[in-house]
Amino acid sequence: MTAYIIRRIIIGMFILILVTMLVFLLVRLLPGDPVMRYMANFTGTGQQNVMTPEQHDAMLIKLGLDRPIPVQYWDWISKIFRGDLGESLGVQQPISKLIADVLPRTAYIGFWMFVVGTFGGLLVGIYCALRRGTWLDNTLTTIANIGMTVPVFWLGILLIYFFSFKLGWFPMYGWVNPWDDFWRSCSYIVLPVASVALGGIAGMARLTRSCMLEVMRTDYVRTAWAKGLRERVIVVRHQLKNAMIPVVTSLGGTLAMILGGSVFIETVFSIPGMGRLMTTAIFDYDYQVVQASALIFGGIVIFSNLAVDIAWGWLDPRIRYG
Amino acid sequence: MPENPVESKPDDAMGAIAAPPRRSEWRRFVRVFFGRKLYLIGFIIVAIIVFTAIFAPLLTSYNPEKNDLPARLQTPNAEHWLGTDQMGRDILCRIIYGTRVSLIIGFSAVFASTIAGTIMGLAAAHYGGWVFAVIMRVADVLMALPAIILMMLIAGMLKGGGIWIVVFALGFGGIAPMCRMMCGQALSVKQNDYVMAARAVGMSNWRIMWTQIFPNAYPPLIVGLTMGIGGVVLGEAGLSFLGIGVQAPTPSWGGMVMDGQRFLLTNPLLSLMPGLAIMLLVFGFNMVGDGVRDAIDPRLRGVI
Amino acid sequence: MALLDVQELQTYFHTEYGLVKAADKVTFHVNEGEIIGLVGESGCGKSVSILSVMRLIPSPPGETVGGKVIFEGKDLLKYQPNGREMRAIRGSKLTMIFQEPMTSLNPVLTVSRQLTETLELHLDMDKRAARERAIELLRMVGVPDAPRRIDDYPHQFSGGMRQRVMIAMALSCNPAVIFADEPTTAVDVTTQAQLLELMKDLVTRLNTSLVIVTHNLGVVARYAERIYVMYAGRIIESGRSEDIFGHPRHPYTVGLLNSVPRLGERHGTRKLIPIYGLPPNLINMPQTCAFLPRCTEKIGKCEKEPWPELRAVGDDHYISCYVDIKGK
Repeated sequence: MTAYIIRRIIIGMFILILVTMLVFLLVRLLPGDPVMRYMANFTGTGQQNVMTPEQHDAMLIKLGLDRPIPVQYWDWISKIFRGDLGESLGVQQPISKLIADVLPRTAYIGFWMFVVGTFGGLLVGIYCALRRGTWLDNTLTTIANIGMTVPVFWLGILLIYFFSFKLGWFPMYGWVNPWDDFWRSCSYIVLPVASVALGGIAGMARLTRSCMLEVMRTDYVRTAWAKGLRERVIVVRHQLKNAMIPVVTSLGGTLAMILGGSVFIETVFSIPGMGRLMTTAIFDYDYQVVQASALIFGGIVIFSNLAVDIAWGWLDPRIRYG
Repeated sequence: MPENPVESKPDDAMGAIAAPPRRSEWRRFVRVFFGRKLYLIGFIIVAIIVFTAIFAPLLTSYNPEKNDLPARLQTPNAEHWLGTDQMGRDILCRIIYGTRVSLIIGFSAVFASTIAGTIMGLAAAHYGGWVFAVIMRVADVLMALPAIILMMLIAGMLKGGGIWIVVFALGFGGIAPMCRMMCGQALSVKQNDYVMAARAVGMSNWRIMWTQIFPNAYPPLIVGLTMGIGGVVLGEAGLSFLGIGVQAPTPSWGGMVMDGQRFLLTNPLLSLMPGLAIMLLVFGFNMVGDGVRDAIDPRLRGVI
Repeated sequence: MALLDVQELQTYFHTEYGLVKAADKVTFHVNEGEIIGLVGESGCGKSVSILSVMRLIPSPPGETVGGKVIFEGKDLLKYQPNGREMRAIRGSKLTMIFQEPMTSLNPVLTVSRQLTETLELHLDMDKRAARERAIELLRMVGVPDAPRRIDDYPHQFSGGMRQRVMIAMALSCNPAVIFADEPTTAVDVTTQAQLLELMKDLVTRLNTSLVIVTHNLGVVARYAERIYVMYAGRIIESGRSEDIFGHPRHPYTVGLLNSVPRLGERHGTRKLIPIYGLPPNLINMPQTCAFLPRCTEKIGKCEKEPWPELRAVGDDHYISCYVDIKGK
């Protein structure tokens, strides 16, 4: 098991390094140099010739963009390892400080989205599998099918319209830090969490249900029936753990989906989190911030995939002793 | 196809039912596909959407991109059934033309990622060794970023380049999952004895790949294609909602939701109707995808 | 009085292509301490018959619609398939060994857990006693180093060893009847012989009855005392092993025996004759004998009259055929 975990960690680190390259190259190799794009956007004129060539060159040198790409990459990555993510062009602040401000917010709502989505989906999926064919199963499965298709941002807007505007139960948008005023912050996060969690519940319920049904048809479950065990024992002891293997494997993907959803939801509800930071940076061509925030997103996904791999090994003895 | 005499199949507990009469594949497809209400509903939705996209100019007399400022922000009335937006454009008209944008982007991006993903996946599965390692690590890296973040990076950095930039971003985002799926499928097909047999008679690698592996690995490909369209349309709507997808005045449902949000309290339809259109389209394609999956290969149920 | 008496068992499957009579009026009995064989080609309904007795037919699509299964004076078909009474019998008095040792054990539970759960359930043992007994069982079925291997997972065992674990599981509560569904089909020939010897030894020692379901005539020839031959969902011939092998009376059994080589026979002394044609499709079958299209002995009556019931042709020897090949 230890060897397995170490191997997964090494692979994870390797992929993280490749992700830094991907992010760096995507931002640098796309046409136009960052200074030109930034300045054209900054002045709002759309013209790229607002600087004299001398000013432009001076800016390039100041930002280190005159050097070859590999050197720039090395410079960037070695700074990252020292905890320096660079400086934002737009707000003239260290990016690490910007991220330290916004990341906890995204992490906090992301946590709730993940918990509600995963556990809600598991419960619905298991229930539907055990009571397959009943009207409640059919209804829930249909709702899950529809839930998979709802755009997160649209659902957010719909919820605002009904629950905030029509019913007045929750504030329409905004953010309060839970560590400042926990109860008030709850009323602010209910709708954002619900918007993203619904899709999570739907996807997780569909997957859980089909995995449970798959396991029900296996030979070893038939063996369990042949032993004269009760249905509850068969479900809990023989089916759940096996059915959870593919479900747990998909959790990394679920988390990625939730992070993606939070980007939209932060825009809809004006929550100053990672997604807002990155969206704004894209609009401002603040390439340093774009790189850094994409990297953070990638890092979170890689880290959670690592956790999933370890959980998988814990669940499945074929991996553990493999 | 005439009804062949039945072949005996390997035994199992239900051995008795393992030898159904052979029917034409196509008839089976139609029977399974139209046998379930949900699949039929999905098919009808898709048919209506494709019809709307093709005959858009006949269904509305307005121009989706022309401003009419005096008529701006009207609530639903006899002339503008769903009202008008902040530029005085008819919402219904923009939704109708929006089907074109969604479908063009959806189909192009899915085809692009399918072709690229299939070639990569098959190559990885077939050649193995370092080819496999390199391709799979590339796929890992692409999957390490949430899809929307990857698309935002590409579309955002190429901002304002029209719908083909969006197609590029979405297509790029779809390569890795497709590649992984094809690779997995091809690897399992490769285990079969007939591939070994083809190798034994001296068939070239390339021919084995296209004549033995691909035809047997294609069912999930077809399903992935159909299901992919829904995902891509959602992605396009998302990018446009964030303002880095399809740019105004081209009618895009995601963009309309974003524009409408500002006027949510006065005319909620501005924002909610285009979203409903997105849902319908995605639901339709997902159901057709489920139906195709069940009809092509019931063993795939729950696998994809 | 037989230990287990199955009378006119009917199990049907509702498939998308039509009704399949997978077991049609199957009648057989098992005496105490006896080994019987249920023989037939793939898909002839032999597995379905014993799964019906165990009430393990998945429903839908399957359904046991008629007949009686008398065990200890009670008709098991009167019970709910997964009700309390049936569960109390299943796994303790009637047990099963399945065909696929690779997939019939739960991959995420240790062998110990899978062995002890029946002991705890049916014999009310506590964890400690159950574990002791499980180790003893593993020793009994010849798993080497049992005290250590008991905490291993199924994937750490070979196919043959896993089947031994299945046998241990089936034996654990001193059952009255063990049903072995193609127990040796999935393992190699040497292991096959070892497993069969082991099962025979154990059931003789414990005075348990054993029903071997197989398509392999060699298996039953050697071990079974009585044999039932099935074709297309019905029993078409039954009798003592030596009668069936020495003097088969049904054209299908005759054909079956002519198509396989026998042990001790000199090469070339007898030509092997295959049965031409394929087993019938069980969907919407005609009333006439299902073997008719392949039969070389048919007479005019066969085409007109329905498939005959079993009739006695000798001492404890029955066939369902208008023709009796005696003397040929």
